[in-house]
Amino acid sequence: MTKTPSAAQLAAIKALLFALCLVPFALYMQRWFDDALGANPIEAITRGSGDWTLRFLLITLAVTPLRKLTGLNWLLRLRRMLGLFAFFYASLHFTTYFWLDQFFDLQSIAHDIMKRPFITVGFSAFVLLVPLAVTSNNYAIRRLGGRRWQSLHRSVYAIGILAIVHYWWLVKADILEPMIYGLILAALLGMRGWWREQERRRQLAASMPRPMPGGKVIPLVAKSSR
Amino acid sequence: MQILRPGDILPSEITPRALFEDRRRFLLGAGATLAAGAAMWAGLPSEARAAAAKLGPLARSPFSSDESQTPYKSVTTYNNYYEFGTDKEDPAANAGKLQVRPWTVRVEGLAGKPRTFDIDDLLKLAPLEERIYRLRCVEAWSMVIPWVGFPLSALLRQVDPQGSARYVEFVTHYDPQIMMRRPVLDWPYTEGLRMDEAMHPLTLLTLGLYGEVLPNQNGAPVRVVVPWKYGFKSAKSIVAIRLVEKEPRTAWNKSAPSEYGFYSNVNPNVDHPRWSQATERRIGEFRKRPTLMFNGYAEQVASLYQGMDLRKLF
Repeated sequence: MTKTPSAAQLAAIKALLFALCLVPFALYMQRWFDDALGANPIEAITRGSGDWTLRFLLITLAVTPLRKLTGLNWLLRLRRMLGLFAFFYASLHFTTYFWLDQFFDLQSIAHDIMKRPFITVGFSAFVLLVPLAVTSNNYAIRRLGGRRWQSLHRSVYAIGILAIVHYWWLVKADILEPMIYGLILAALLGMRGWWREQERRRQLAASMPRPMPGGKVIPLVAKSSR
Repeated sequence: MQILRPGDILPSEITPRALFEDRRRFLLGAGATLAAGAAMWAGLPSEARAAAAKLGPLARSPFSSDESQTPYKSVTTYNNYYEFGTDKEDPAANAGKLQVRPWTVRVEGLAGKPRTFDIDDLLKLAPLEERIYRLRCVEAWSMVIPWVGFPLSALLRQVDPQGSARYVEFVTHYDPQIMMRRPVLDWPYTEGLRMDEAMHPLTLLTLGLYGEVLPNQNGAPVRVVVPWKYGFKSAKSIVAIRLVEKEPRTAWNKSAPSEYGFYSNVNPNVDHPRWSQATERRIGEFRKRPTLMFNGYAEQVASLYQGMDLRKLF
């Protein structure tokens, strides 16, 4: 189960995943040229690219919990690609708005970004994604140092929350879908928080002074089952 | 009052929708094999549209726009009818469950002669007109639709409204067996107009579009169309019309009072809190176009709102 794929296997998995990640894009392109996106194709593209940005953000954020739960540590090797695809779809989403929807009307776009809270929040999330995409390479990790790189990339948690808020504030009345995405994000972030708390307690327990002779050891944390 | 020059031929008289819609399929088929293509063309139309009944004869209206009309397919597959789902394609997929016969509309409240009208009587109550109106949705898209109906005032006059009746409330059909049960809005969907708005000649009691009875997803069997207001003011699938003294609460206003006012006149100068209303995308067009005051019906309706602060009474 926890067998690690060989370098060749991993390369094949990555190639397959890459192709898979492009499927939504390909389908939308095909439907665009077939005039099969319904009465309002620009809206369909805007929504579709937004949906897939959110989905890829959540998939990327699911890698760490999945790895912890399954012990498949090599999953971590796929995370960068997934994160970059989140940025890819976010760029398409932004480009659709900037080009197809607003047609480069800078004044109107600036107005939107400043006056419409859901656009303010969405735009902030996109801007925050840019440094993460730029530093998604080994050179940047070396350059920044692992610790700094990691704390920079933790901003993806905030980006996830901003993306949910962006969606939530956009819908008119039916909040079911943003709520589902929001609950998934809450679960993914909640697991991290819980694990971090467990880790904190474990370290605390480890650093506790030895019990006095005659005293009783009270286990603060149940032993890991693994 | 500006009288727009109507076209000489009613759109419903030009190309039968069947042939028009199948032109692409026809061409594709003909490209493959001419014989097969022709057979398909001959065979499809009757099956595809057995359901829609023709309405007529239809009188032309000086209120009709001569702008190019939004294709039937877009008008009937891109809908806001939340009872049948909140995605634009949902109503077309789900509204088939709606039973539009038998159907009655109660006209009640502050009326001298309140009455319940059967839908088949409504169809004969006044001469049917074709009215080609712009429709502007609060979501900043728009269409041009050839509705069929007659002025709502013709119906209201039948019940002899009392002097104290200052507003009209529309109550729409709600059946949790076939419609959304989640309280996305406060069902049943209700809407309202001031009496003078309801009696205005532009306000249309609508029974059809494109020369045929209304498709379910467009609010069958009877709805109103108020072309100078955002689309949600035009209540669909009406079961009761109440003449009342006080301004009625409306579904969207209850949901978000700061976003959807009672009047909701199309107004490019008053933005929705979450998006601009200055421009709109006409369905089928690429670039946005400027939104017109009162959706282009200012000459007809601006006088209704004289002295009112439309920023406050949005």
